[in-house]
Amino acid sequence: MSVLLALALVAADPATSEPAAPPPESAAQEEPGAVDWAKEFGVAKKVPDPVTGELPVDPYTQAPANSGATPFAGARMAEAFGGQAGIRRIVGRFVDLNIADPRIADIFKNHDMIRLRRTLFEQFCYLLDAGCTYSGRDMKSSHKGLGVTRGNMNALVENLQRAMRESKVPFAAQNRLLAKLAPMDKDVVER
Amino acid sequence: MLNPSSGASARTRRRLAVAGAAVAAALLAGATPAQADPLLDGDKLILTNGIASIEGASGGGLASWSTIAGMETDRGIGLSAHVTGIALPDYGWESHGVAVGIRDRVELSYARQNFDTRKVGAALGLGEGFRFNQDIFGAKLRLIGDTVYGSPWLPQISIGVQHKRSLDGAIVRAVGAKSASGTDFSASATKLILSKSVLVNATARWTSANQFGLLGFGGPKGSARTLQFEGSLAYMLTSRLVVGGEVRTRPDNLGIAREDDAHDLFVAWAFDRHATVTAAYVDVGSVATFDGQRGALVSLQLAF
Ligand code: HEM
Repeated sequence: MSVLLALALVAADPATSEPAAPPPESAAQEEPGAVDWAKEFGVAKKVPDPVTGELPVDPYTQAPANSGATPFAGARMAEAFGGQAGIRRIVGRFVDLNIADPRIADIFKNHDMIRLRRTLFEQFCYLLDAGCTYSGRDMKSSHKGLGVTRGNMNALVENLQRAMRESKVPFAAQNRLLAKLAPMDKDVVER
Repeated sequence: MLNPSSGASARTRRRLAVAGAAVAAALLAGATPAQADPLLDGDKLILTNGIASIEGASGGGLASWSTIAGMETDRGIGLSAHVTGIALPDYGWESHGVAVGIRDRVELSYARQNFDTRKVGAALGLGEGFRFNQDIFGAKLRLIGDTVYGSPWLPQISIGVQHKRSLDGAIVRAVGAKSASGTDFSASATKLILSKSVLVNATARWTSANQFGLLGFGGPKGSARTLQFEGSLAYMLTSRLVVGGEVRTRPDNLGIAREDDAHDLFVAWAFDRHATVTAAYVDVGSVATFDGQRGALVSLQLAF
């Protein structure tokens, strides 16, 4: 009985259903009243960039090759994705879906979603030859220690497919981008 | 702090409910820790479990693929069940079966085939509506590779074994078969070539089965296993809709009747994460002297 009640309460909880608008993000993503563990353990607290809101990351060597694949050539793929505006919309929706997906939402908690939105946009825009370069980290170091499973990867792929479908990217073009991303699983899936 | 009577916020109450549900779920799941994966994780990508082949192994309908049945990933187990009907000019076919996928690594399957000879049964002196029946026990092991991920040049490769037992021993021997039971060995390679939205499968099968084993194994024209080929080519229209075609070569061991290669053209639609319906045009050629056996196949698969 109490089990049913608990489940019913969860079912009625708006946080577990798909949010129309994602909760506002602060880079630090701290809940009010939460223990400041950084302070407790004497770790230097990361300060968000006053302009972008991004948190600093450990130094790394920037190179487009960090994107993990070679870009397409020609305008066809960029067009299929609606240019930079389309790519930005797709990446935004993709991140929203991931952080609201009960299968993988926890993995994204306490990570810098402002930075992720920027670097993912750059990665897709670079790979689709839509006029960007990629300035983020390589796939291995950016996913190190996240404990991503094959199932998590599949969930993320489904969310990306959905974001692309909603933006009317033709299915064959969706798969051509996925063909660039699929071999990166060896750097992302850890367990 | 977690005392609901001390004016707890809606948020705290919600958290309590979540915690309660988590505890309840953990209890239901046999008190496993919250981090443990559910046994039936169900996280496989849609359609990458394949569809049940007529022998029960996951594949493309006619061909056995290197895919592993069930919706599990490498951290769980999956279950699958299917039922298939084929209407041919002179025969009817019904098969059904179940399969278990373990960690996307091992597949164990069972299928039962019932082959209705209708009027041909009378012509062959077996009686109208005589049915040939067969049990098939299969096992498959994925050796290397992944259908979707990893290098585009490395397919998913599996080896398989299918032990088939005709339930009509006396009759299949009377037709000329050497044995009423036999074992097929196979190796298959499957890859979804994402850049082309195309799935390719090639399977080598070492077999002596007559009409998949329904007419026994071996015969006057050959009693040893021979190497046969199964090929499938499919195009993904959406992540849930695939069209394709297959060929399957077969031994020709019996003296009384010729056996041809089999072909099909199929469309498979995963109308739900857990359910796939397949419709196909199948051509199995000549069966027990009755030529031109082309017809329609319909198959339903449920997978978890
Ligand atoms: C091929 C698939 C994937 C690609 C192309 C990809 C791409 C990226 C990129 C470009 C970044 C930012 C790198 C940077 O900050 O410099 C990133 C970070 C991240 N990714 Fe992925 N990702 C993939 C799969 C996954 C999966 C399956 C998960 C989990 C379900 C995941 C979770 C994360 C998280 C949490 C971060 C932030 C890490 C941090 O803050 O340090 N990613 N990913």
